[in-house]
Amino acid sequence: MLDETDRKIIQATQAGLPLTPQPYQAIAEQLGLTSDDVMLRLAAMKNSGSIRRIGAVPNHYKLGYRFNGMTVWNVPDEVIDELGQQVGRLDFVSHCYHRPRHLPEWPYNLFAMVHGKTQQAVDKQIQQIADLLGDSNLGCDVLYSTKILKKTGFRTSNRPVTD
Amino acid sequence: MDDIDKKIINALQDGFPICDAPYRQVAMQLGLLEQELINRLKALLDNGTLTRFGPLYNAEQMGGALTLAAVKAPEQRFDEITDIINAFPEVAHNYARSHELNMWFVIATETPEQIQQTIDAIEQQTGLTVYNMPKNQEYFVNLKLEA
Repeated sequence: MLDETDRKIIQATQAGLPLTPQPYQAIAEQLGLTSDDVMLRLAAMKNSGSIRRIGAVPNHYKLGYRFNGMTVWNVPDEVIDELGQQVGRLDFVSHCYHRPRHLPEWPYNLFAMVHGKTQQAVDKQIQQIADLLGDSNLGCDVLYSTKILKKTGFRTSNRPVTD
Repeated sequence: MDDIDKKIINALQDGFPICDAPYRQVAMQLGLLEQELINRLKALLDNGTLTRFGPLYNAEQMGGALTLAAVKAPEQRFDEITDIINAFPEVAHNYARSHELNMWFVIATETPEQIQQTIDAIEQQTGLTVYNMPKNQEYFVNLKLEA
C-alpha cells in the first residue's frame, strides 16, 4: 500500500520529472527527504505496478502518426481472454481491453488501439488482427479520432497521471 | 526533429533509470553529453513533440477509478456538448471519433463511486445517454511509437 510519503512523491511528479542532472535529488529536497528514499520508493512503486513506467509520452500527431484507430471487435465471451492476450501481443497495438457490449447497438467487446502514418499501414494492421481472430470475429468497426477535444497532460489535484 | 531527437524519443519511451544521475547514464548510452540530452528533452516538451516525461501512474492500482465512455452528440450541438463534457475536471481525455457514437472520453476519479456520479451529471447536463464502457479486463497497455 502507498503511504503519505509515496503520495507526496506522486504529487511532486505530476507535472513530470525535473530536467536537472539529479532529478530524484531535486524531488527529495523539495519534500525534505533523502534522494535514496525517493529512489527506493519509486522503484517499489514500479515493482508493485503503481508506476507503469518512467519515461516519455510522445504526441502521436507530431511523430507523423495521423491515423489513430480504435478498432472494436465482437468476439465470443468464451474466447475473449485468450484472443485478447494474443491481440495485445501484436507489436503495433498500444492498448487492448475487454469492455462491455451495449446491445443491440454496440455489439463490440474487444478494443485495440492502432496507430499508423498512412491509411495503408493501419489497414494492414487491422487485417492482421482480423486474421488472428479468424472465425471468432463476429463483426468489427474502426473509429478514427478526428480531433483531440481535451487532453490533460497532468492534474493539479492529487489524482494520478496515467497513460 | 532530427535523428538525435528521434533517438532520444525512442530510447526514453522504453524507460528511464532510477539512479543518482540518470540523464548522464542515458546520455552516455546515446553518445550525447548530459546537458545536451536535457536541453533537447526540454525543447521536445516545449514544442509538444512529447506530452509528458516522468512516471506514469496506474490509477486503479492506487485506489482510483477510470472508465471510457461515449455519447452520440448531435452535429448541431457538438460544440456545446464538448464544452459541457470538457468542463468536468474528471474528464481527462476527450476525442471526436468517426461514428454515430462520436465523442469518446476517459473519466478518472479518486474513488469508483465518483465515476457514476460524474456520468449522472453529464447525462443530466447534456440530456444525452452516456455509454459507459469500463474495462472488464486489460490485456496490454504500452504506447510506444517509433519516431
